[in-house]
Formats: sequence, structure tokens, C-alpha cells
Amino acid sequence: MAAMASAPAVAVAKDAGLSALVAVVLAFLIVGTPTIDSPGGLVAGSRLGTVALIAGAVFALRFGVLIWGRRKGEGTRGALTSALAARSAPLLRPLGFAALGFAFLLPTMPFADRYVVDVATTMLIYVMLGWGLNIVVGLAGLLDLGYVAFYAVGAYSYAIIAKTFGLGFWACLPLTGLFAAFFGLILGFPVLRLRGDYLAIVTLGFGEIIRITLINWYQFTGGPNGISGIPRPTFFGMPFTAAPRDGVTAFHEFFGIDFNAEHRVIYLYFVILVLALVVNAFTLRIRRLPLGRAWEALREDEIACRALGINPTNTKLSAFAIGAMFGGFAGCFFATRQGFISPESFVFFESAVILAIVVLGGMGSQVGVVIAAAVLIVLPEVFREFSEFRMLVFGAGMVAIMIWRPRGLIAHRDPTLRLHPRGAGG
Amino acid sequence: MGYQGPGHKTASPATSAGDGQRGTRFGMAFFVQQLINGLTLGSIYGLIAIGYTMVYGIIGMINFAHGEIYMIGAFIAVIVFVLLGMAGIGSVALSLLVVLLAAILITSVYGYAVERVAYRPLRGSFRLAPLISAIGVSIFLQNYVQLAQGARNKPLAPRLPGGFTLFEIDGFTVKVSAIQIFIWLLTFGLMAVFAWIIAKTALGRAQRATEQDRGMAALLGIDVDRTISITFIMGAALAAVAGVMVTLYYGVADFFMGFLAGLKAFTAAVLGGIGSLPGAVLGGLLIGMIETFWSAYFTVEYKDVAAFGILVLVLIFRPTGLLGRPEIEKV
Repeated sequence: MAAMASAPAVAVAKDAGLSALVAVVLAFLIVGTPTIDSPGGLVAGSRLGTVALIAGAVFALRFGVLIWGRRKGEGTRGALTSALAARSAPLLRPLGFAALGFAFLLPTMPFADRYVVDVATTMLIYVMLGWGLNIVVGLAGLLDLGYVAFYAVGAYSYAIIAKTFGLGFWACLPLTGLFAAFFGLILGFPVLRLRGDYLAIVTLGFGEIIRITLINWYQFTGGPNGISGIPRPTFFGMPFTAAPRDGVTAFHEFFGIDFNAEHRVIYLYFVILVLALVVNAFTLRIRRLPLGRAWEALREDEIACRALGINPTNTKLSAFAIGAMFGGFAGCFFATRQGFISPESFVFFESAVILAIVVLGGMGSQVGVVIAAAVLIVLPEVFREFSEFRMLVFGAGMVAIMIWRPRGLIAHRDPTLRLHPRGAGG
Repeated sequence: MGYQGPGHKTASPATSAGDGQRGTRFGMAFFVQQLINGLTLGSIYGLIAIGYTMVYGIIGMINFAHGEIYMIGAFIAVIVFVLLGMAGIGSVALSLLVVLLAAILITSVYGYAVERVAYRPLRGSFRLAPLISAIGVSIFLQNYVQLAQGARNKPLAPRLPGGFTLFEIDGFTVKVSAIQIFIWLLTFGLMAVFAWIIAKTALGRAQRATEQDRGMAALLGIDVDRTISITFIMGAALAAVAGVMVTLYYGVADFFMGFLAGLKAFTAAVLGGIGSLPGAVLGGLLIGMIETFWSAYFTVEYKDVAAFGILVLVLIFRPTGLLGRPEIEKV
């Protein structure tokens, strides 16, 4: 028995050793010889200890993966995942409601200081963006790598409209949504005939075009300096300021409470919570309408859809526009929350984060997006001291998820409508 | 994100030479100078584009991390040049050879490792999985190099000086530098070698067979995994050459340079017809020209917009590209 077990162990060690060797070749120059600025030009340093560390880590990782993979067997993995998904499916609804209750009570909890509410607000922005992109990627199956463009359009259109015409947040919100949706239509119309990965690259190109335009059209967008002094939201016309202008009642004056800067933070939190819930309700409803069904059908098989008389271009366009609208809402909220926006906030990495949220959540799953946003936004906050490794882990995580759970944390791709309900025979 | 792609200095050799003589901006000499600059930039894009086109041809995925491989090639060039300088090796030819070999070897291993770790386990997964994985690899490699080598630009003193003055009109001299000629020769030489490999050798036949039908190729005794690995290695080697060239040409490398260059090289591959090797080089040259002329005659700021605009137009009106074959979707 022991002899039989040792032969594969040797093979595994050999394989892992080879991997470590490859890692040494990879890391030797890039990691092992850092180039340092010096008065006479660059000089090379030496960091061979780190290379050895990397090689050791690769060896251990490969060894572990091989041993673990051998013990579990290859075939059971997929079955296990789907069984897990099937078992967790009935739990999702109560889980969702519990999360909802928690979200509403969060600001009243003892541990919820300003920082916690702030992080929760950021997370909810990403939840909303994730739900918006979920319509495009998860439901309609269109890979959009430039989603941040609509976020940017929403933010900039709010900043510019509010500052030019003196309109408030609530008046601008529908306008920015419409504006972003309009952008989605314009951008989507020429490109939606393209196949999946071409579409991805073109949307990525569009995202870059919008960002470059924001940087360079400085008369209109403020260029790289961005726009500051964006109006803050008001509570039925009442601002959250200590000393409001004459004739304006501040929030704390109306309610007869002491001024507290946290009021605005909590208010913003509830605004984004309600916005996100509206998006969620909309998505859940539209999935049961013919349009939503057409999206999902299109995701599964475009040719079959055409044969059934669904117009693929219009259907895709509607998904693109509605997804863009939600991105625009989120951008509008982002602008009013920050009070300052610049092109730095709308780089490709943001698109990748939003996409990662959708993918990690399991494309098409609403609860999955919330869990994924919590993982991707809150965890980096918790591990702040390792912030320089954040992006590294993020990239590696995207690869790992694709390999181990390509369907995301919550695999949700079964039909939303069944001829025979589950368990009823057959 | 101040980096504007490898073309960010394309206009500067010409405009600095032409300063004070704005009248020549629309003259013949200025035009020829831009043509020379555009050809050089285009050759670099072409070299990167070959990697995209080969990988897309064989497994039908966009290797989003290919631009990062090119960036790593550029960094290895900087590091090896610095090491050689510290070792006191001054010979231009020798150091160039060592740098090219080191870059090609190490970058090939990167290409192999990326394919092995991030793409091979995903064969047979759903359609968008490899692309998303590739985005992850791209983010990983960018931050890996940033962490290891620092976020600042890596300057490199010119290693290949010299050049020729072609002619002079109205006080505007048209120059070709030695490095530009070197880049052209290398690009077309490598394209010829690779075209020959694919057309004539057993490896090329295996690649074409794998491209046409992976299952059938495997049945006929072709090691499909190995063929795909070699394709990635070949693409990475060319990207390494492009990275070395761009470092020599502009004298600077930074960790974010692969993103836009990769995007433009992909545009070039699509423009030329994805899957076609001469198409990739042709597309690269066209994108390089468009970018250079746009910067020279219109605005430098929007040159990337011009390149992406071309991509969108090509995909809409001629999705098969200039030299590509139409793709038929079957049920």
C-alpha cells in the first residue's frame, strides 16, 4: 500500500519541482533584479530571496493541488458543484430577505460608525452596478468590457447638468439615467451584431474612447482635474449642512436635532439602498416578461431565437440600454456622494471589477452579485495593510474562479420557467 | 494612467525637427518623415498582432494578456541592458543579441506558463470563460511587474545610435535612424520565417490541422495540447521582440504599456483579418500609419480614439478584415 502510494507521490513531487523551476525562470529577472533609479541611470539590485520564496510557494501550491485533485478524482467536481447549487437554491430567498433586513438596520447597529456605513455605501454602488451589468452579461449574454463608460456618463452628466442648470440630485437622477441609456443605444446600435469576444473588445474600446474624451475635452469636463463642487443631495429640499443659506431649512433644524455630519452619510446609504432595490425589483419583474425571457433565450442560442422570430438586435439593444441606464443611475449617485469626479474613477479596472462581481456571483443571479460585491469590495477594506497586493490577488482570483467555479458562486442558469415544476414527476 | 501607448512620442521627432518652420508641416518632407515613423510604429504593432492572430486562429480566443507579455519583454530588455552595462559589456551587437535572446527565452516561458495555468484548464468551458480568465491574467501580470519593478518609468539611454539623412526640402530633413531600419528588417524577416514555418513545416501543418478541427487532428496523432502551447510560445517570442524594439526605440518602459499597445495590436489583427499572418502585419502597419498621421496632422490627444474608431468601423463593415476568410456559424 505504502509502496503504491509512494510512486505517484514521487511523480507529483517531480511535477511540482518542474513548476517551481519554471517559476524561478519567470521570476529570476523580473522579481530577482529590481531596477533602481540612481543618479547615473538605472542600476540593478538583487532580491533572490524573494525568488526562492516564490519558487517554494509554487512548489507547495502545485503539490497541494495535485494531491488534492488525485484524491478527489476529476469527474466528481462538476457534479458536486451542481448538487451544492441545487441544495442551496431554496435557501437563497430567505437569505436574500435576511440580508435585506440587515441592510435596513445596519446604520442603527452598535458597530456601525461612519466608516462602516461608508464602506457599505461603496459596496451598494457596486451591487447596483453589478445588477445593471448582470442584465447585459448575465441575462442577455453580451460581454461588455466597457460598462464603466455608462457609469462615467451618469456621473459627468449629473455634475454638468447640476452645475450648469442648478438642478438638484432628484431632478437629475432620471435625466442621467435617460442620458446613459441613450448612450447605450448609440454605442450598442453599430456593434451588437458582433460575436461575443469581438463585442467585448469593441465595448472595451468604447470605454477607453469615453475616458480619453473626458481627459482631453477639458473645456467641458475639466480634463484630468475633473469636476469639483458637485451639489450634494437634499432630503426633500433640506440640505445636510451645519449652516444653510438664508431661507433654507437644514435637515437637523427641521427635525430639531443637533447637527451631525453622519446624517448625510446615513442618508446617502439609504438612498443607494433604495436605488439598488428598485433596480433589483425591476430586474426580477422583467425576467418574467417577454423581453426578459427573450434575453435569456438569446443568451442560450441566438440562432434558435432568430428562428422563433425574436429580433436579436432589438432585444440586445434593449438589454444594453437598460443596463446602461442603471450604470447611469449609479454614476449619478457616485457623483453626488463624492462631490468630486475625475477620469481616474472610470478606468478599465473598474469595468473589470464590475464584471468580476457579476461573474463571481454566478451570471444571472441577483443574490450572487451581492455576495460577490461583499467579497470583492469589503474584503480589500478589511485587508487594508496588504493593499499593494490587492490587485495581484484580484487578477489571480479571477483566473482561479474561472478554473474552479466557472459558473460563479451561485450557479443560476436553469430556466426560470419550467414545463413541469421540479419534483412533479419526470 | 498617464501613459498613452507606445505611440506617445511618434510626433515628437518630426515636430521637434520642424519647430520654427511650421510651413513645412504640410510639405512633402514632413509627410515622408511621418511615413517612416508610422512604418516603424506599425511594425511593432504588427509583431504583437501576429501573436493575437495565431492564438485566435488556433483556439478562437482573444489572448487578452498578450499585451502584458509584450510589456514583460520590454522590462527584460531594460533589466538585461542594465545588467550588461554593469558587467561592462559595451559592444552594441553583442548586447543586442544577448538582450534579444534573453527576452525571447524568458517571455516564451511566460507565454507557456500563462497558457498552461490560465487557459488550458478552461478548454471546453463556456464561451467567455477564457476571455475573463485572460483579463485576470492581464491584471495579475501588470501588478506583478509593478510590485517587482516599481511603478515609475524605466528610462534607458539610447543603445543603437546612428542613422541617415535621406533628403532635405525647405530646411526640413528627413531622417531614418538605424533602429528604425533594424525594426523593419526584423519585422519582415520574422514574418517571413513564421509564414514559412506555418506553410511548410510539420509543426505548421499540425497548427493548421488543429485550427481546422481539434478533435480530428487529435485522432490523426497530433499532440493538440503541445501544438497550442507552441503557438503561445511563438506569439510570446514575437511580442518579446516587439517589447525589446519599443524599448530601444523610445528608451522607456513602464508596467502599463501593454494595455493600450495590446488593444491596438488586436485592432490590427482584426483589421488585417484575424487568423491571417500577413494580415496581422498589414493591419499593424495601417494602425501605425493612421495613428502617426493622425497625431501629426490632427491632434495627439485623440490618436487612440482614431485607432479604436477604425476598429469599430472595420468590425461593422468588414468583420472578416482585409485578408480574412468569412466565418460561417453553423447550428
